[in-house]
Amino acid sequence: MNPDLVKMIFGRLNLDALPIHEPILVGTFAVVATGGLALFAIVTYFRLWSYLWREWFTTVDHKRIGIMYMILGIVMLLRGFADALMMRLQQAIAFNGSDGYLPAHHYDQVFTAHGVIMIFFVAMPLVTGLMNYVVPLQIGARDVSFPFLNNFSFWMTVGGAVLVMMSLFVGEFARTGWLAYPPLSNIGYSPDVGVDYYIWGLQVAGVGTTLSGINLICTIVKLRAPGMTMMKMPVFTWTSLCTNVLIVASFPVLTAVLALLSLDRYVGTNFFTNDFGGNPMMYVNLIWIWGHPEVYILVLPAFGIFSEVTATFSGKRLFGYTSMVYATVVITILSYLVWLHHFFTMGSGASVNSFFGITTMIISIPTGAKMFNWLFTMYRGRIRFELPMMWTVAFMLTFVIGGMTGVLLAVPPADFVLHNSLFLIAHFHNVIIGGVLFGLFAGINYWFPKAFGFRLDPFWGKLSFWFWVSGFYFAFMPLYVLGLMGVTRRLRVFDDPTLQIWFVIAAFGAFLILLGIGAMLVQFAVSILRREQLKDTTGDPWNARTLEWATSSPPPDYNFAFTPVVYDNDAWWDMKRRGYRRPLTGFRPIHMPSSTGTGIILAGFATVMGFALIWYIWWLAAVSFVALLAVAIGHTFNYHRDFHIPADEVVRTEDARTRVLAAGAQT
Amino acid sequence: MKLLALLPFAALLGGCDFVVLAPAGDIAAQQRDLVVISTVLMLIIVLPVMALTVFFAWRYRQSNTQAPYEPEWDHSTQLELVIWSAPLLIIICLGALTWMGTHLLDPYRSLGRIAADKPIESKDAPLNVEVVALDWKWLFIYPDYGVAAVNELAAPVDRPIRFRITASSVMNSFYIPALAGQIYAMPGMETKLHAVANKAGTYRGFSANYSGAGFSGMHFEFKSLSGADFDKWIAGAKASSNMLGRTDYLQLERPSQNDPVRLYRSVDRDLYKAILNMCVEPGKMCMSEMMAIDAKGGLGREGLNNTLPLTYDKYARRGAPLGSEPTFVAGICSMDEIKDAPSREVTAPLDLTPLRGFGLKRPPFSPAHPSSTSQLLGQRPKSES
Repeated sequence: MNPDLVKMIFGRLNLDALPIHEPILVGTFAVVATGGLALFAIVTYFRLWSYLWREWFTTVDHKRIGIMYMILGIVMLLRGFADALMMRLQQAIAFNGSDGYLPAHHYDQVFTAHGVIMIFFVAMPLVTGLMNYVVPLQIGARDVSFPFLNNFSFWMTVGGAVLVMMSLFVGEFARTGWLAYPPLSNIGYSPDVGVDYYIWGLQVAGVGTTLSGINLICTIVKLRAPGMTMMKMPVFTWTSLCTNVLIVASFPVLTAVLALLSLDRYVGTNFFTNDFGGNPMMYVNLIWIWGHPEVYILVLPAFGIFSEVTATFSGKRLFGYTSMVYATVVITILSYLVWLHHFFTMGSGASVNSFFGITTMIISIPTGAKMFNWLFTMYRGRIRFELPMMWTVAFMLTFVIGGMTGVLLAVPPADFVLHNSLFLIAHFHNVIIGGVLFGLFAGINYWFPKAFGFRLDPFWGKLSFWFWVSGFYFAFMPLYVLGLMGVTRRLRVFDDPTLQIWFVIAAFGAFLILLGIGAMLVQFAVSILRREQLKDTTGDPWNARTLEWATSSPPPDYNFAFTPVVYDNDAWWDMKRRGYRRPLTGFRPIHMPSSTGTGIILAGFATVMGFALIWYIWWLAAVSFVALLAVAIGHTFNYHRDFHIPADEVVRTEDARTRVLAAGAQT
Repeated sequence: MKLLALLPFAALLGGCDFVVLAPAGDIAAQQRDLVVISTVLMLIIVLPVMALTVFFAWRYRQSNTQAPYEPEWDHSTQLELVIWSAPLLIIICLGALTWMGTHLLDPYRSLGRIAADKPIESKDAPLNVEVVALDWKWLFIYPDYGVAAVNELAAPVDRPIRFRITASSVMNSFYIPALAGQIYAMPGMETKLHAVANKAGTYRGFSANYSGAGFSGMHFEFKSLSGADFDKWIAGAKASSNMLGRTDYLQLERPSQNDPVRLYRSVDRDLYKAILNMCVEPGKMCMSEMMAIDAKGGLGREGLNNTLPLTYDKYARRGAPLGSEPTFVAGICSMDEIKDAPSREVTAPLDLTPLRGFGLKRPPFSPAHPSSTSQLLGQRPKSES
């Protein structure tokens, strides 16, 4: 066939793009393909496709979308963690002249993919999923402000994840580190598809993140139950609001900087090149102007979760609600004034460096205040050590260490000796695992009974907890030590044999975390099998304080038959104390948004367009872009956007709950 | 028993070389001091928080019904004052320390002392070293001696070293933990580092910023030598047969991994200047020339035509798929006409009293601009004004 024609049809995609010569990847592909086929077969055998499409893929229900976000996050956690294990193994064996088992070409992709996946496709979906699920319930709303947008946002995030996963088997991923600093990430030094996968994966997912940020801000600002003033909002809702403000203000910066990088790579502009007036330092600044707020985007919701959990399991009002809110807002604002601390070593000069160093330290003041607030919430409480509370205490003990090393790194001269070292790696894993992930696990264990109507099995949960916590310390404390020995990050081979023992300990820690993840998956399975024993009929298994516990578990599609009226920031606690009685009559039809497949179709076209641009298949990019526009415009003519749940059905649902509650009260 | 179980770990720690905590150079030692002081300052608040967490978690557990229980207690103005002001006080101390330390240890600032007990003297003229990060090796040029070395750096003990640092293609970070903190090496740009080694020995230096496939092998030995040994090292370099001209450099800068040490007896006089201005290739316009032209208004539309096709740029370069073929700007002047950009030096004040604020007394040296003297800060260094 004519090579020009082939090139026109397939761009630079050819058979060499399939990694058939890399045994590790072939093995992975075999496993993934077998698993995927098995899943496909099961779904087909049980005729679940139409159910899945109708009830899940096209749903605009914030609860189901929240659950789908969580599933995405947990699936991607397995991939991101597999990368982490590969790195730990490589670093543990590449001593004494051994080259390890990963060539540079593969290893450099692994650490890049690990960072990108863990931040964008694990932490972000898990955080967004929890916010999506919990926030509307906490403020007594029926759904988010823009239910269709919510579905679209989710599928765009999936689209980005699909592109990143695809790079594993078709072509390669970036070999640049997770922030893809130019000039290394520019066309001259990374001519392959890796960086293009990185760019389009993040651009597609970034659209979803930004839109879901706008959606949740509107929801919190406009859809609160009557009586819920800003200073009566639950703290998790407050931190969600601040997080989404951060998302909306910072993700466009990421989109812009990646767009500039793609212009450099696709049309030969010179924003970040060495020649022709380009300047890579501009990229470093811009990406961190997004990157630092991103850290707070992840950790603020976790702070919110800890606030809910501590108050609930101490059986006590949250200490210092007002100062907690102000601390959150102060952190939100300050997070924009610290980005330069990620590159003190770029030669900004002493005055600039000390300004950014000191602003960074100032953030530790509101964070410290939060820590004390949780502490004094526990003071004179009656603490029940259920799983969410265990994660919270583990967080408090772990996070202060990460906070301390963080402030240490904010002192520029100290950063000069620790920057880019394994000390830094230990620090940010300390805050992201010890802060964000522990928070998410607390949140998952806390809200799971709300979402599914039964609690998670405590035995496997505790096993997972102890493996995770001990594994974290084994995996990352050695990295602090190595950092003080002057060992830098992203190294593939070592020649100082005295370092090996530390990497072996770290690898052992990673193995413990693997057991922790395994125990968590078993916990899910066991809980599903034992769901009758773990059943919660009350809708309020923890004797909790906020509105989401006022409705049934799982909540009906419409969340609340009647919109609650709020008098206190612990609204549900207040209702219980005042002897609240569920209304049993007077139900009316409820206005609800209709499901639509437009979100998944749009995201599908966006993903195809990303793939086409990565491989220079211009015709396909054009076709999918036009299709994307056509579907989007076509959707504006869809007038079947809503329906009413008839009053009879509401009555049936609520009567069923009345019976369940009555049966629960008798036993 | 538990202490016994910890013993192997103590032995493990004892056997290690904590170079960041026990460096061989005065700058790194001061940076280490800051690390230690800041950590101690923060422990003042972190340890009580950790202890209280454990204590409260244990004392107020559900099964301990003896402990008081106040479910409605959620506010205390006194406590709020304490929990906001205690971290604030620590941060004020740390902030002052940061401001001072950052200025004192600014890598661009010339040294104010050789070691804690050794003031700098006029005979201690700094040793100039020009550092170039290449793919994936380090080139060190000694302009004072006209020699150069790849992947080996030598310097005499107790003599200040003035590094000027750049890179050929991508970003790296120049780091010798035993000597001083790191600073990025970037193409077309120059960063500076001032340091001094106080102990003879061989130390590790490497790139601390990932730069591509050969990154792991991008390290070198830093030899801190006595004066006589350093002279011997220079003589050894002079005795080698290698020379580093511009064509040799173009060969050298091509990507290669795990390069052996190489010494050069002579170096092209303008090589570093040409690397920094990205015009080692014959016919390419130097950055300084371009900036001088642009400062005078540029070449206008005609300037767009002053380019030549680029055939080679370190890697086998491909152009952007939708852009024009890669080009470079053709030079107009010859290399010899390139002026070295005036280098902005930050000089260390000899008297640190005003900076440290001891007694807040007036600085003893006479101010150049009396009006700029403040009681608090003393005279600002001239170069910063």
